[in-house]
Amino acid sequence: MNIPVRRFDTLILGAGGGGLRAALQLARADAHVAVVSKVFPTRSHTVAAQGGVNAALANVTPDNWHWHMYDTVKGSDYLGDQDAIEYMCRAAAHLVYELEHAGVPFSRLESGRIYQRPFGGQSREFGGAQATRTCAAADRTGHAILHTLYQQNIRARTHFFDECFAIDLIHDDDGTVLGVLTMDIATGEPLVIEAKTTLIATGGCGQLYRTTTNAHINTGDGMAMALRAGIPLQDMEFFQFHPTGIAGKGMLITEGARGEGGYLVNKDGERFMERYAPNVKDLASRDVVSRAISIEVREGRGCGPNADHVMLKLDHLGSDIVAKRLPGIRDTCKTFMHLDPVDTPIPVFPTAHYAMGGIPTDRFGRVVMPSGDSPEEVVPGLYAAGECACVSVHGANRLGGNSLLDILVFGRAAANDILGFLKNNRYHRPPNQDCIDKAYERFARWEKRGDGESVQAVRADLKKAMEDHCGVFRTEKIMQEGIDVIKAIRARIPDVRLQDQSKVFNTARVEALELENLADIAIATMRSAEARQESRGAHSRIDYPDRDDVHWMKHSLYTLEDDTLDYKPVRTKPLSVETFPPKKRVY
Amino acid sequence: MSGTTCQPGLERLRWQCRRGLLELDLLFEAFLDKRYSSLSDADKETFNQFLEQQDQTLQEWLLGKTAPEDEAMARMVKLIRDAI
Repeated sequence: MNIPVRRFDTLILGAGGGGLRAALQLARADAHVAVVSKVFPTRSHTVAAQGGVNAALANVTPDNWHWHMYDTVKGSDYLGDQDAIEYMCRAAAHLVYELEHAGVPFSRLESGRIYQRPFGGQSREFGGAQATRTCAAADRTGHAILHTLYQQNIRARTHFFDECFAIDLIHDDDGTVLGVLTMDIATGEPLVIEAKTTLIATGGCGQLYRTTTNAHINTGDGMAMALRAGIPLQDMEFFQFHPTGIAGKGMLITEGARGEGGYLVNKDGERFMERYAPNVKDLASRDVVSRAISIEVREGRGCGPNADHVMLKLDHLGSDIVAKRLPGIRDTCKTFMHLDPVDTPIPVFPTAHYAMGGIPTDRFGRVVMPSGDSPEEVVPGLYAAGECACVSVHGANRLGGNSLLDILVFGRAAANDILGFLKNNRYHRPPNQDCIDKAYERFARWEKRGDGESVQAVRADLKKAMEDHCGVFRTEKIMQEGIDVIKAIRARIPDVRLQDQSKVFNTARVEALELENLADIAIATMRSAEARQESRGAHSRIDYPDRDDVHWMKHSLYTLEDDTLDYKPVRTKPLSVETFPPKKRVY
Repeated sequence: MSGTTCQPGLERLRWQCRRGLLELDLLFEAFLDKRYSSLSDADKETFNQFLEQQDQTLQEWLLGKTAPEDEAMARMVKLIRDAI
């Protein structure tokens, strides 16, 4: 098979905020940059980040990066790496001003300064009064950032491969990563893109779960590529859930609904949060509410024909309050459920939102993995940034407003390191033909004809299995069963066949490749979660309800080839300040 | 942006309907499955133009937060909402 080849200095997989921030830095430094995106770039999931980006600008309340750092370390439940967190919080203000200069239309205070809003988990003076730290461009911050970065990249002549699907990484005999094999979705034809450096910025993998806030594109393609290249995934057991998504669909019903007086009931009409949090009831923290909903459903008190959700009641609030204070929720319910929450309760279930885990990197965006005695040996030529990466600034739990910051800071950091790498690596190296053949085989395998299962059936079973066995309700028994279920589902994939063998925009083929990616990430997530015998941040176990710093203050590393787990220490030493030692996390 | 002058195939459209927001994925998927094939050629062309809009704008239109000024776009909003 003679596959056409294109060559660039740097290849970036993914055109969300992280990929585009890196691309801009590189293109402006005259590197020859290509961005591969499976959808048109401004349709990346960064548009969904509406809240804003954290930076201690002190425009509304006194603030400084060190307080932001404290909040991030505490929010991470002490699993975040403190060197990376210090680096991120210190860089934040500069990155926001840079975006402002690039044209992001931040909302303004009366004084003319950038508008900032308060968000959960933000404090002054290391755990004191609420801080006001999140810089916002109305309710479209992610959208504004993505569009601005895209336009700047067009200006800087970044080369875009739109609607192009990356299949697998390619490397040379020494393990230096040298690009990817891709498929042009419009033609179905393969293309090798060779590059001296490759940055994975493919975003999250919420499509692992049946109920998720994530768009359909979020199938963790880059994470799975790393796994198949022999790189472990880090901390995959930490997945952030929102307690109230629309059941079976996933769209978020904001916590504001309960803030305004809405409450949850089970099939008996019982206001069950009174049992789980007698004082604050429905206003308990996200993880407590999520777990309570799961327990109600597991114990047979769920609503609906499948008894698989609970109800959020707003009908007692009156139409004025709902219309005035919760218009977005009303629009969402009317559109998707054909119900008006003014007179009908909303079916809800915890919805998967954000993966804290991902491809292990250092604070320069370089992908690192254990090798010999070193837990963090650099994989030459390979970088990762954003939700697909685990740097790790979010640790066991991400704070609102820190995900946009993460992509900007580490997109830029990776680009800076890449520029250094390019100076020392001026020439293209020849890739190993075996690895190209292997990637091509995975691509061509979907041309097999005959009868077999459908991609949709296997994907639906996978998502349901993850929801049932690796959602918010976790015990040893449930997760051990889950490992068997996921393994059985993975074993069905070789028998899946595509009925449509056409080449042009064959969506089914893309979905088949995505299914393989999700299946690889699913086993990484399930195995990491089953092994971690403690509750920390978003990983909450009924059978191990407490955090265990003695045994578990360490990062998980799951390797696909031999289905094994390894661990490495948390980097507790910041760059210039004192360590924040673990403390009980109370708000 | 990909060219949109000719009548595109359904498969190409299906990929254009993959968006950055879950709400749009669900709305467009239902519309393509249930309604698209019975549209007039003129409406199919309008849908094609509709997909060229930005995700945030589409979400605001389709969830009823704002309404498009263009009549054809407003009609398309109604057709898509009716299909889910």
